[in-house]
Amino acid sequence: MSEATRPDAWITGVGLVSSLGDGVEAHWARLKSGKVAEPVVDETTAAPYSFHPLCEVAFETQIPGRGDRRQMGPWQLLGTYAAGLALSDAGLGDDAAAKADMNLLVAAGTGERDPESDAAIFEEVHDLPADQTGLNRLMMDTLRPTLFLSQLANLLAGNISIVHGVTGSSSSFMGAEMAGVAAVENAVRRVRAGRDRLFLVGGSFVAGRNEHLLALAGMKLAWMHAFKPVWQRAGQGGGAILGNVGAFLVIEEAEHAAARGAHAYAAIGEVASGRGGTLQPVRDAVRSLGPGPLLVMSGASGIEPQTSDERGVLEGLAADGFEPVVRGYASVLGLAAEAHFPAGLALAAIAADRGAAYDPFEGSGFEQPSSLAPDHVLVTTQGQWRGAGAGLLASTER
Amino acid sequence: MMTSAMRDSKGRPIAVVTGMGVVTALGEGKQDNWRALTAGRSGVARIHRFATENLRTTVAAQIGFIDFGGDSSGEMCYEVARRAIEEAIGEAGIGTRGDFPGMLVAAVPPFEVEWPLRLAVAREAASRGSSANDRFSALLDVAGAGDWRRGFEFTQRECVAEMLADTFGTRGQPVSMSTACASGASAIQYGTEAIRRGETGAVLCVGTDVTVNAESLVRFSLLSALSTRNDPPEEAARPFSRDRDGFVMGEGAAALVIESLESARARGADILGVVRGCGERADSFHRTRSKPDGSAIIRALANALEDADLEPAAIGYVNPHGTGTPENDKMEYLSLSAVFGAALAGVPVSSNKSMIGHTLSAAGTIEAVFSFLTMDRGTLPPNINYKTPDPEIALDVVANVAREQPVATVMSNSFGFGGQNVSLVLAREPQ
Repeated sequence: MSEATRPDAWITGVGLVSSLGDGVEAHWARLKSGKVAEPVVDETTAAPYSFHPLCEVAFETQIPGRGDRRQMGPWQLLGTYAAGLALSDAGLGDDAAAKADMNLLVAAGTGERDPESDAAIFEEVHDLPADQTGLNRLMMDTLRPTLFLSQLANLLAGNISIVHGVTGSSSSFMGAEMAGVAAVENAVRRVRAGRDRLFLVGGSFVAGRNEHLLALAGMKLAWMHAFKPVWQRAGQGGGAILGNVGAFLVIEEAEHAAARGAHAYAAIGEVASGRGGTLQPVRDAVRSLGPGPLLVMSGASGIEPQTSDERGVLEGLAADGFEPVVRGYASVLGLAAEAHFPAGLALAAIAADRGAAYDPFEGSGFEQPSSLAPDHVLVTTQGQWRGAGAGLLASTER
Repeated sequence: MMTSAMRDSKGRPIAVVTGMGVVTALGEGKQDNWRALTAGRSGVARIHRFATENLRTTVAAQIGFIDFGGDSSGEMCYEVARRAIEEAIGEAGIGTRGDFPGMLVAAVPPFEVEWPLRLAVAREAASRGSSANDRFSALLDVAGAGDWRRGFEFTQRECVAEMLADTFGTRGQPVSMSTACASGASAIQYGTEAIRRGETGAVLCVGTDVTVNAESLVRFSLLSALSTRNDPPEEAARPFSRDRDGFVMGEGAAALVIESLESARARGADILGVVRGCGERADSFHRTRSKPDGSAIIRALANALEDADLEPAAIGYVNPHGTGTPENDKMEYLSLSAVFGAALAGVPVSSNKSMIGHTLSAAGTIEAVFSFLTMDRGTLPPNINYKTPDPEIALDVVANVAREQPVATVMSNSFGFGGQNVSLVLAREPQ
C-alpha cells in the first residue's frame, strides 16, 4: 500500500478521568480557565510522597452491574470506567455489534494487590523468622480468591470485554509508560495497514497504591518535596509525582468514522518510539511537518535528567522553524504510567478539536500563554525507567 | 518489488521461522527437550526451590538445572529467556553477537515487588530501628534510602524485555505483552503481523515464565485451578483424562526468529516453518470461564484458519491449550468439534502440558516450537497420563506413547484467563 492510499486513523472517542475531573468537558474547564492551571495534589496521605488523587467518580454509570464492580479493584474500575466513557463519547456505547468486532489494546500494569491482605500478612510475617512455611500459611489464610483475578495484567482487558462487550481481539501490553506508546502505535499501524478499522486503546493507573510508591522509592524516582510543576524540579534533583488517571481513546479508520457520521477529534499520524531520549521519536513524529506553530503536550515526568533533556529537545524545535507552545501534562495529571501517553493524546485531541491551546500548566515562564489554534499537536512521553515515544495529531478541520 | 512467491494468498509478506530455542523442565535446548518429550518423560516433580508446607499443591514442572543468581521472577525469567534466545539466534545465524537486526517482542508475566524483596527491605528497616509509625512507611524509608536499585529494577514491568534488548541488541523499543496464558501466542502474532505489514524483516519473539513461587501457587489454588494430585508428581498433569483435576504449573521459555520469507531467502537461511495464520477472539462471559457455547474460542480458531486461508481439513495435528482443568479441556473439545466437524476424528491431538506443565506466559511460544519440531521430525509427542479417557471428549489423543506420523500443518491454541483466545496455524513449508 502506498503512503498516499493508506487509510487515516482518527480519534473519535475520548474517555479521560483524573484528579482534575471526569470527562472531556471537566478537563477543558479546568485547563482553559484563563489562568495557570491549579493541580489537585494530596501531599498528606502518603507524606513525604505526594500523588494526584482521583476525582469523585460515579462508577455505576459506566459499570452498572454491582457484581461486576465487586470483581474489580480500583485499577480495573478506573480503566473499565474510562473505556466506557470513550465508547459513549464515540457514539458506540449502545452499538453492540460494532463493539463485538472492535479491537481492544490495553496498556496494563501488574494487576493489583489487595492492600489489606498484604498489610495483614506483613504485620505477622514481620515477627516470624525468615520462614517460608509461615508465609505460606499466612497467604493461604489471608489471600482472597476474588482478588486473585485482579492480580493478572490482562484482567483489565478482560473486564472491559465483559462489561462493554468489546471482543474483536484483545491484547495487553506491559511496561509502564512505554506500554501506552506500544498500544497506540499498534492501533495506528493496524489501521494504516488497512487491516483493522476500529480500536479501543488505553490504560489506567491508580497512584496511591503502596506497591507503586514502594517501587518508585526503590528506584529513587520519587519527588519528595512540596509540590512543584515538572519543569521546576531539576534544582532539587527532580522526581515524579504519580497521578490517578484513566485514559481510553477510540481510534478509527477515517472512512469507517465518516460513514457512521462520527465526530473526529483529530487524525493521529506518526507514532514513534525508541530506547533513547525524546529526541529521535520527536524528530520521527514531526518529520513530514512544515515549520510553524506547534502545540506540544509534553509528558516529561519531572524525573531527571530526562526532564531537562526533553526541555532541551523541545526548545531545539525552534531551530527547525517550529514555534513550540509547550504544556507539560505531568504537572497537572501526575505521572500515570500505562495511562500516561493515552492521557496526553486525550488532552491533545481535545485541544485540536476545540481549536485552542490550554492555558499554561506552570508559572515559571517556560510555558507561555498562547492564542494558537493548533493544526498539529505533538505528544511526548518518556518511560520513568527506560524508553521514549511521541505521536503527532492533526486537526481534521483543515 | 517482492515476487508473488514471497507473499501469501492475501498479498502479505510470508512470515517464516529461521531459528528456535527452548528451555523447559525437561532440559535446555531443542534436542534434550525433544528426546524427553517423545519418550513421554514428565518434567513434573516435587517443588524444590522453596518450602511447600501448608500449600495444597506441592508439585510443578520447575527448572532444576540452572543455578539462578537471584530469587526474583524477573531475574529468573530473564535468564531462561536469554538461553532460549541464544539457541534461536545461533540456529538462525542472523546478525552478529549483540546486534540482532529486528525488534524484540516478549511475552512475560507481570512483574512486581515480591515477598522476598519486600521482606529483605523490611528486615533492614527493623535492624535500623526505623522511627516510622507503621511498617509500610518504614519500608518506604529504607527502600528510598538504601541501595536497592538493582533489586527494584527487576520489579519493573518491562525489566525482562529491556534487559534482553540490551543483551541482544535488538532494534527499537522492545514490546512486552501480557495476555495471561495466551501471551506467547500473542507475541508470535504481533511479530508475524509486523512482518506482514512490511515494518521489519526480522523479529525476535520470546516467551518466558518462571513464576512457580508460593504466592502464585496459593493464588491459583484459591481459584481451584491447580491439580492437587501430588503423588506421584509425574502423574498430576493429565489433560483430556476423565480424572483430570487441574493444571500443573510449569517454567520455561522459548524464542523464535521470525523473518519475511524474502529476507530469509536473501541471506540463504534454512526455513524451519511458516506462521501461516493467527486468529483472535476475546470472550465476554466470565473472568475465568468461557462462554458455555464456546463461541469466542470457536471464532478464534475459525479466524486463524481464515487468516491462513485454509480449510479445517488441512490441519494434520492440533497442539491444544490442553491445560488439564476440567473446564478448559471440555470447552476446547467443544470448540474444536464445532470448527472441524466430523473431520475432527481424524486429527490427532496431544498436550505438551502433560509433560512440561502449564508454562503460562511462555506456553504459546514453547508449544509453537514443539509444533514446528513435530512437523520437522514427523513424530507426534504423546499426551501422557492418558489412562482413563473422558467419554465426553472424543478426540484422537496421542495416548501415552509417541506416534510416527508426517504432519504438514498444525493448529496451536492458547486461551488466557480473562478471555483472550489466540490460535496459530503453523506450517512446515511456505505455500
